[in-house]
Amino acid sequence: MTTAIAFEHVSKTFTVKGRSFEALHDVNLTVERGEIFGIVGFSGAGKSTLLRTVNALERPTTGRVVVEGREISALAGKELYSARQRIGMIFQQFNLLESRNVYKNIAYPLKLAKLPDAEVVDRVEELLAFVGLSDKALSYPSQLSGGQKQRVGIARALATRPEILISDEATSALDPQTTGEVLELLKRVNEEYGITILLVTHEIDVIREIADRVAVMENGEVVESGSVYEVFSAPRTAVARRFVSSVLHHIPSADALAKIRSIHHGRLVQLHVEDRDTNHPFLSRVAREHDIDFNVVFGGVDELQGRLFGSLTVELLGADDRVDGAIDALRTTATVTAIDPAPSSLPELVEGLSAETPRQARRPEESSLPELVEGPTPPTATSLKETSRA
Amino acid sequence: MRDFDPEAFFPRLLKAIAETGLMVSVSFAVATVIGILLGLLLYASRRGNLLENRYIFGVLNFIINVIRPVPFLIVAIALIPLTRLVFGTGLGPLPATIPLILVASVAIGRVSESNLVAVSPGAIEAGAAMGASPARVLFTIVVPEALGPLILGLTYILVALVDATAVAGVIGGGGLGDLAMTYGYQRFDWIVVGLVVVTLILLVQMAQWFGNLLAKSVLHR
Repeated sequence: MTTAIAFEHVSKTFTVKGRSFEALHDVNLTVERGEIFGIVGFSGAGKSTLLRTVNALERPTTGRVVVEGREISALAGKELYSARQRIGMIFQQFNLLESRNVYKNIAYPLKLAKLPDAEVVDRVEELLAFVGLSDKALSYPSQLSGGQKQRVGIARALATRPEILISDEATSALDPQTTGEVLELLKRVNEEYGITILLVTHEIDVIREIADRVAVMENGEVVESGSVYEVFSAPRTAVARRFVSSVLHHIPSADALAKIRSIHHGRLVQLHVEDRDTNHPFLSRVAREHDIDFNVVFGGVDELQGRLFGSLTVELLGADDRVDGAIDALRTTATVTAIDPAPSSLPELVEGLSAETPRQARRPEESSLPELVEGPTPPTATSLKETSRA
Repeated sequence: MRDFDPEAFFPRLLKAIAETGLMVSVSFAVATVIGILLGLLLYASRRGNLLENRYIFGVLNFIINVIRPVPFLIVAIALIPLTRLVFGTGLGPLPATIPLILVASVAIGRVSESNLVAVSPGAIEAGAAMGASPARVLFTIVVPEALGPLILGLTYILVALVDATAVAGVIGGGGLGDLAMTYGYQRFDWIVVGLVVVTLILLVQMAQWFGNLLAKSVLHR
């Protein structure tokens, strides 16, 4: 794979009325050709500003943005305008031209590219068919639903056959059902046309749904990046954990843990389940071999990019030495985090030793301890539902 | 108070309608061209826009702010030397168009500017993102997007012009205002005043109806 977009030491400082504000700080990222790359962050994290440097709607104060081999941040005038025609963009508020009908909205970039009229007609019809709005050519944007507007936005962005599509919160104004449909469409754009997609969102679900790789932004910096599977299964930073825990509920919050403690008095361990672990019934086998009982008290397993992961909080019941033996045996298959039985103090964790979690081994100071102690998932009701599901 | 004399009144009414029509249409047509250009220049010279220039913006802005608050009667009297220079006389409907054009131009300039400024920044950003130059964005996105409300704004000015011609009539422009004043008010003929007012209301209604229709055809909301 080759690089589609490279952010090299990108910083951006806005100065408004003598007060300066650093929106981006030394951002380094590469987006590979043909992938769907997601940037997630809370509002004000700088993700939209970063996205706008890709088509030079914003220019970095320092650093470079290289798009398809050209430094877009250095282009101006006609060179810039033609470079922008190679980059489609879609927006949260769709930004369609209200004074033009659907057909003319999609034809607009084609006219800019000076395509002959006859070809414009064919291309617009093709695009309308692709987004499933062939019957809406003569409708005006105000007559369309949000999802339909975004389809027009996508058709318009694709009109000039760009190599790259950038998406600024394209589904944030849509309901969940419509969001799903638009994301499906973006997936098709990526798969059928091979268009590289860079999207920013504050909805982690969007990342989970379609992104291959993800970068997490906070205060103008990229604090974490990697494959979606990596970041979701082992988030390293607090902000990434907050995002991940908002959609995955398998790790108990401090409240939930206290509740579990009050009911279950055996040894509690947390098993981190990864794809290969689920192939064989290791839990029941270990329990049988070490003559202990087990009780799943919390957790869940999710699917991500075709791979499974999650965690189970399990109560192990039996004599101490047999439970110790069982934990050792479990560690040969899964990452095991023991939860200290002292119910009065905060649960203290013993770090699992498995070599399968290089991230945790490499960064012990950011183990899963804060997840359990801070527990950013407040709804215990949801968590308890997960328990019953597990 | 005299008796109302329809035979004398209706020919006068028709003549007055024609004079008012002439004053309004000529001044509106010329002022629309000048005013829209003024509005475009104001918009384009704003900070961050195509022709960003604080001096152009500042000067235009100042001129408009000076002319607009001056009562039309004062403007009309002040411009009498100019109208004499252009038309050789200060009397009649055509000379009256000079002050009407001036006040309507600055009003339309302001109305155009505010409607251009009100165009959604998102639409402008989308144009830039598609690779349109700033000039292209101005003429193919900002202006068409502003057109609907602009037509409604122009309709408002048109109605205000009908009103202003009444004042122009007093200082010798003729028209419906003059008719109501000289044959109605000054002779205590309230029937004449009433009929002229009804005529004005009808004209204004027609102008508003036409403006709304036109705006509706470009405003797809």
